[in-house]
Amino acid sequence: MYVAVKGGEKAIANAHALLAKRGRGEVDAPRIDYAQMRDQMGVLVSRVMAEGSLYDPDLAAKALLQAQGDVLEAVTLLRSYRTTLPRFGLTVAVDTAGLPSERRVSATFKDIPGGQQLGATFDYTHRLLTDELGTPEVPNLEMPPSAAMPRVTDLLGVDALIEADKPAEGWNDPDPGDLTREPTTFPMSRAERLQALNRGDEGFLLSLGYSTQRGFGNNHPFVGEVRVGEVEIEFDAPEIGHAVPIGRIEMTECQMVNQFVGNTEQAPQFTRGYGLVFGRGERKAMSMSLVDRALRSEEFGERIVSPAQDEEFVIAHSDNVQATGFVEHLKLPHYVDFQAELGLIRSLRREFETRHAADARMSAGKDQNGEN
Amino acid sequence: MTAQESAAYGLAPDERRRAARVLSGATQADLEMLWSDWKEQPEVTYLRAPEAGLVMVQGRIGGTGDRFNLGEATITRATVLLSGIGIEDVIGTSYVLGSHPEHAGLAAIFDALLLAPEQRARVLAEVIEPLERGQKERDTSAQADARSTVVDFFTVARENE
Repeated sequence: MYVAVKGGEKAIANAHALLAKRGRGEVDAPRIDYAQMRDQMGVLVSRVMAEGSLYDPDLAAKALLQAQGDVLEAVTLLRSYRTTLPRFGLTVAVDTAGLPSERRVSATFKDIPGGQQLGATFDYTHRLLTDELGTPEVPNLEMPPSAAMPRVTDLLGVDALIEADKPAEGWNDPDPGDLTREPTTFPMSRAERLQALNRGDEGFLLSLGYSTQRGFGNNHPFVGEVRVGEVEIEFDAPEIGHAVPIGRIEMTECQMVNQFVGNTEQAPQFTRGYGLVFGRGERKAMSMSLVDRALRSEEFGERIVSPAQDEEFVIAHSDNVQATGFVEHLKLPHYVDFQAELGLIRSLRREFETRHAADARMSAGKDQNGEN
Repeated sequence: MTAQESAAYGLAPDERRRAARVLSGATQADLEMLWSDWKEQPEVTYLRAPEAGLVMVQGRIGGTGDRFNLGEATITRATVLLSGIGIEDVIGTSYVLGSHPEHAGLAAIFDALLLAPEQRARVLAEVIEPLERGQKERDTSAQADARSTVVDFFTVARENE
């Protein structure tokens, strides 16, 4: 337990001044402008927006600069900032196949309508550190304009080889729960889990996803499709009377296709895991889709034997703001508690020593009597 | 208070959607220039000064399934009342992603001008169409860049097959 302390204002103010000085570095060097951060550190900015659960590249870039590159600190800044703003409402659900994607690849189908488009990717780079970053010209190849890029999972769905997104009949587009408005209770709906995974720590989800691949809740995944691109956001404001576009958001989507399930009533079908995150977050979207699938164990009647399949374990520990808050609070003054602990351990040790001394006397007496 | 719905001004929802798409996608600098070049400016009263807020962005599981809450996005909204230059109290509203109050304010002004029947043709010709052309050019160029990375993988058959 943390017990409040008083005083220290001056030292704290000085510590903050020192922090700012450390963050400034060489005073002759120009400060990094937030626009440079936003545009040249786009992947990092994406991560902060995803885990901060707030899409605003400008603010995320500023938060990263203020946090001196500490991702979790920047995420916390965004989370705090969002609590100061009113919510105007919900957007119309995004259509990820709506605008042409910059990147769209499938590892399951070679020839897909719209084609495999690598986009801006680190895949196939040589991973050799270089001193100079070049910006080679992107050749203008007079390619035919983007053909429609239907979702790969929709193509598979035609033959019912893959489970459908929604039941064929009786579907009423239920309103999802909102973890930012309602207390977390388990078990969760899949929609609530996806919201939690979406803001979950990339590293944590990556490790859990990896654990499923290594056999801890294996579900034999393939990337049905990964796409990165901008989607148009629409908002239905009551005073306008109909939905209008309000801008675009960059997103990464992953459709993971997993091994089939079937039973006496249902022919075998591939099952699915889904990942969708703000910005350029391919690793996160993939990890999210692996964990999403693993957490559907109960739905498919699979044995729950691994951490990645344990909903409460995964969801309750995926939020890095909560995690770092609880871990890092340990360094704040705990003097009073610790004094109590010290008192306790001293009395235990006194008892131990007294007993030990008594035992030693006893056994010394026995030795003299020639016993073992 | 005057109604703000598109129908009340005899404007098709698709036309207003088009304008909203263009105005939200424009840069603040472009809108500032277009407004300062606008001759015969009406009197602008902010019924709702540019205000920052959030929208919860929703996605669908698997792309077309149940909705889920993805996360929030910053948004700025503004509502203006225009009068003068023959305009009879027209109210325009804008919602623009991001935290850019001036952008939202200018978008609301152009939205109101679009709703004013006597200004509509001019807004379309001088604001919406040029901005739309510029945005299309940027999209086409970005798509051309992306299309240059279209890949055709060949699967290499195994020798014993």
